[in-house]
Amino acid sequence: MGLNEKPLSTLHEKASYDLADFEVPTGREEAWRFTPLSRLKGLHNGEAASSEAVGHVRVDVDAAPEVTVETVGRDDARVGKSFVPGDRVSAQAWNSFEKATVITVPREAVTSKHTVLTLTGSGDGAAYGHIVVKVEPLAEAVIVLDHKGSAVYADNIEFIVGDGANLKVVSLQDWDDDAVHVSHHHAQLAKDATFRSFVVTFGGDLVRLSPSVSYTAPGGDADLSGVYFVDAGQHLEHRLLVDHSQPNCKSNVDYRGALQGQDAHAVWIGDVIIRVEAEGTDTYELNRNLILTDGARADSVPNLEILTGEVAGAGHASASGRLDDEHTFYLQARGIPYDEARRLVVRGFLGQLIEKIQIEEIRERVFGALEAELAR
Amino acid sequence: MSTLEIRDLQVAVEDKEILRGVNLTVKSGETHAIMGPNGSGKSTLAYAIAGHPKYTITGGQVLLDGADLLELSVDERARAGLFLAMQYPVEVPGVSVSNFLRSAVTAVRGEAPKLREFAKDLKNGMDALSIDPAFAQRNLNEGFSGGEKKRHEILQMELLKPKIAVLDETDSGLDVDALRVVSEGINRFRASGETGVLLITHYTRILRYVKPDFVHVFAGGRIVEAGGPELADKLESEGYEQYTKASA
Repeated sequence: MGLNEKPLSTLHEKASYDLADFEVPTGREEAWRFTPLSRLKGLHNGEAASSEAVGHVRVDVDAAPEVTVETVGRDDARVGKSFVPGDRVSAQAWNSFEKATVITVPREAVTSKHTVLTLTGSGDGAAYGHIVVKVEPLAEAVIVLDHKGSAVYADNIEFIVGDGANLKVVSLQDWDDDAVHVSHHHAQLAKDATFRSFVVTFGGDLVRLSPSVSYTAPGGDADLSGVYFVDAGQHLEHRLLVDHSQPNCKSNVDYRGALQGQDAHAVWIGDVIIRVEAEGTDTYELNRNLILTDGARADSVPNLEILTGEVAGAGHASASGRLDDEHTFYLQARGIPYDEARRLVVRGFLGQLIEKIQIEEIRERVFGALEAELAR
Repeated sequence: MSTLEIRDLQVAVEDKEILRGVNLTVKSGETHAIMGPNGSGKSTLAYAIAGHPKYTITGGQVLLDGADLLELSVDERARAGLFLAMQYPVEVPGVSVSNFLRSAVTAVRGEAPKLREFAKDLKNGMDALSIDPAFAQRNLNEGFSGGEKKRHEILQMELLKPKIAVLDETDSGLDVDALRVVSEGINRFRASGETGVLLITHYTRILRYVKPDFVHVFAGGRIVEAGGPELADKLESEGYEQYTKASA
């Protein structure tokens, strides 16, 4: 790829393991303009790292018998191989974590149950984490990341999906009300690899989650879904980047959110790049927001950059709207009270996605959390 | 025995006066047809009675068995025994037909129906209207054809058993076969003699299948002529022209 063919949307970006390569964000940068920096508790400017206050995020793993779980130091050769930090907080997390968790699914292993990583926050200060999930060729696994408790937490997670392997991930951001979480999920797909990600963000004061996908060979297939429910005062931000740099790969993005209450703020950024060499790419991205009350705001920015003429399919859509009076009128005209009508519509809107979660207990838990939000 | 009494009803939409004093009484066992040209305010009457937020009541009363419906919310009116079959039923993504119907029946009856009984009622109702059983699992009105939507409205009416049903141009957009199926549903529903029907239509076609007891001609936001079934025959041959001229 020639110098002139670098995608516009990446021109301003840099990638480095060195924190000094990233200036402290001011909020004027494209990547930070939606994020309330004052509520990041110093994760972005080094104050959290130099503070004496200490935070912890404990990682407990309930693993499938076929997988190996290791806690390793910074120098382990498997850590940091699939990505380079792309922003200041990601670089801060990379420089500050002490122990990484490495999950390995051996070649051709098909796990007999899902592996749950429970991340529990506590303490006053910031904590940093790093997780590597390596799925070797032709293996299949399901990983659940369950974030709970109170934390100021920055982390990087690498999902390395080998040739013909299949990884499904559910990431639940079920934090306490005061938590701050800035996270980067990097998925690297090898030849004919399949990656399914389902993100559920209901908790926390500020969550900024940036899932990205890269391909190292043709035939990769990524599906990224997410649901979020934003209450008064919450800032829930999801920033997706799918970088098609290989021919004949697929990606599908579908994120949906509901917002209610004063200063409930959802941000969704969907960047898809189809590079010159990525012929035969098939991609679609969608974001929908349902605004249930006054005072809530949804920012939704899809961005599709196509540098080749030879795509199989490429599209995007974004729609944010109020709860439709005609929907509630129709249901009420059949005797269903307003609150119940609203519950049916919101549950329907998000439920179509939630149904995609294949683990029944997780699916039921997400529906339960949704009911609790609607009852507020 | 129920009575819907509309007294001098006046309705505006965004400060524009649409209904200019409508008087009409519908009793159980009676079928009233309201006929009128486009823009005469027929649908406004239907939606205003049901309580659609777009319509502002500027005067008059609507009483169901003496209770003032206009004081009630949309869902309270439905639970009081009013039903509106809509001209354009909306699509509600993610809400399945069976879930919706169970919620509606539960709300109207005040208790959840026994599951087995409900399943049987639903199946019989769908069979009678030639509705594919697979519809129960589909999203409400999503991707339904015009005829499927109207049949589904009649299914709801049969399940909810209202005291008074207002059918807003249920015949529009139906081919003859669908019209026959829908009409049979309406006739089954009114055969009990316990319910009153207010049938709003532009065309006389449906009245060949659903025989009205009374026919009212609607023009310029009010009833301008009332009579028996013979009035429909007159409209069939002469059209609405004399009324639109008179009200203009």
